[in-house]
Amino acid sequence: MDRAPAAPVRRRPRGFYGSSNGKKAVMAVTGAVLVLFLVGHMLGNLKVFLGADSFNHYAEWLRTVGSPALPNRTLLTIAEIGLTVAVVLHMWSAVSLARRAAKARPVKYAARVKPQAGGYATRTMRYGGVIILLFVIWHLLDLTFGVVNPKGGEAMPYDRVVAGFAPDRWWVTVFYVVALAMVGLHLRHGMWSALQTLGLAHRYKALKTASTVISAVLVAGFVAVPLAVMIGVVK
Amino acid sequence: MNLTLKIWRQNGSSDRGRMVTYEVQDVSPDMSFLEMLDVLNERLTLEGDDPVAFDHDCREGICGMCGMVINGVAHGEQRATTTCQLHMRHFEDGATVTIEPWRAAPFPVVKDLVVDRSSFDRIIQAGGFISVPAGSAPDAHAVPVPKDDADAAFDAATCIGCGACVAACPNGSASLFTAAKITHLGLLPQGQPERAARAKAMVEQMDAEGFGGCTNTGECTAVCPKGIPLDAIARMNADYLKTASK
Repeated sequence: MDRAPAAPVRRRPRGFYGSSNGKKAVMAVTGAVLVLFLVGHMLGNLKVFLGADSFNHYAEWLRTVGSPALPNRTLLTIAEIGLTVAVVLHMWSAVSLARRAAKARPVKYAARVKPQAGGYATRTMRYGGVIILLFVIWHLLDLTFGVVNPKGGEAMPYDRVVAGFAPDRWWVTVFYVVALAMVGLHLRHGMWSALQTLGLAHRYKALKTASTVISAVLVAGFVAVPLAVMIGVVK
Repeated sequence: MNLTLKIWRQNGSSDRGRMVTYEVQDVSPDMSFLEMLDVLNERLTLEGDDPVAFDHDCREGICGMCGMVINGVAHGEQRATTTCQLHMRHFEDGATVTIEPWRAAPFPVVKDLVVDRSSFDRIIQAGGFISVPAGSAPDAHAVPVPKDDADAAFDAATCIGCGACVAACPNGSASLFTAAKITHLGLLPQGQPERAARAKAMVEQMDAEGFGGCTNTGECTAVCPKGIPLDAIARMNADYLKTASK
């Protein structure tokens, strides 16, 4: 019988971000930033139900908030940079941790592994994250830059929304609904998971329920807009 | 009962290894899983074949030596049970049972179902201890410990280091094992002086051994024969972040 091989020599991860716990903490904090953004984004979206003026005025306010003390778009640009940094760090850490995980199990199990803890949302995190990224790219091209929007980038925000989710463009709405369901699953695991990673998790049942409820409310709030336009409630 | 077994056979660490199918007849439902393998091995030995190598010691569920992935689940589907305490009555007559070793880079296969878990020992060496000056034993009541803390520390201390958490984790993470040790020592007054250094050193060693990171899937705690809860990992994370922020 062979002797067991000596422990493979690995580069010892250095520093806070070198450790798996450090990367996880970065994911938790950046994830929290993105959740806060989603809450604001969803509430803003709902202004579409208050009419074109209310919605357009809100879009304008995002650009002029802080004015005249600050030049237009100052706070918006700061938020945009912050969100971009958060997304990049979140993804960078996720890829790095996923690669580490793949290396930790070079030989897969022959038997089909039966998940023992349930957690469907848990198993969607990595590919779901990629779907969400693709969705965000489409979403920015659609409603921010207007590249794939029938009205283009120059039209008023309300008109872009109404044109983008027009009934004959039902496939756009379907794509949004599927992607938002993915966001919901991502948050359902992500929110309580972030608290666990930061060492703040207690009373798991309540935490998981809260994660599920908040995710559901966010998804419902987001999905309401494209659906309302598609069925003609908002026109 | 008659069973078809598909067992991972690997003749040493340099062998590629393969699944081999065996038929086992007349298995008693009262046998433990390991006793069933003993029956197979007895036959293989008599036939001049190489018996299947597997780790085992106490066969009472308290030593942490045994462990194999049975039908894709570490220690089999019976909850809170080591492989030696898993009985054949939980299997159906005529069933096919797949048996594999723990799969993780830091657990290299020694032979067949035996893996080298020295990486766990090195995690313990990194900080899973308290430095007590030698001398006469203090009186038992010299250091008061709140009952709740004592109970929680004891629950964490029931970890037998079998490695099922790593085997079940989709990321091959050793977080539950490491967290159990950190929780056990960190809850007690004797563990306080080294608490911060311990979390840092053990987490770093865990990474250096090549274990993956935790994604809070909860698979580890679901297969843990001792039911070590997930909040141990939250505690490890908190201790680690406290050290890192200093």
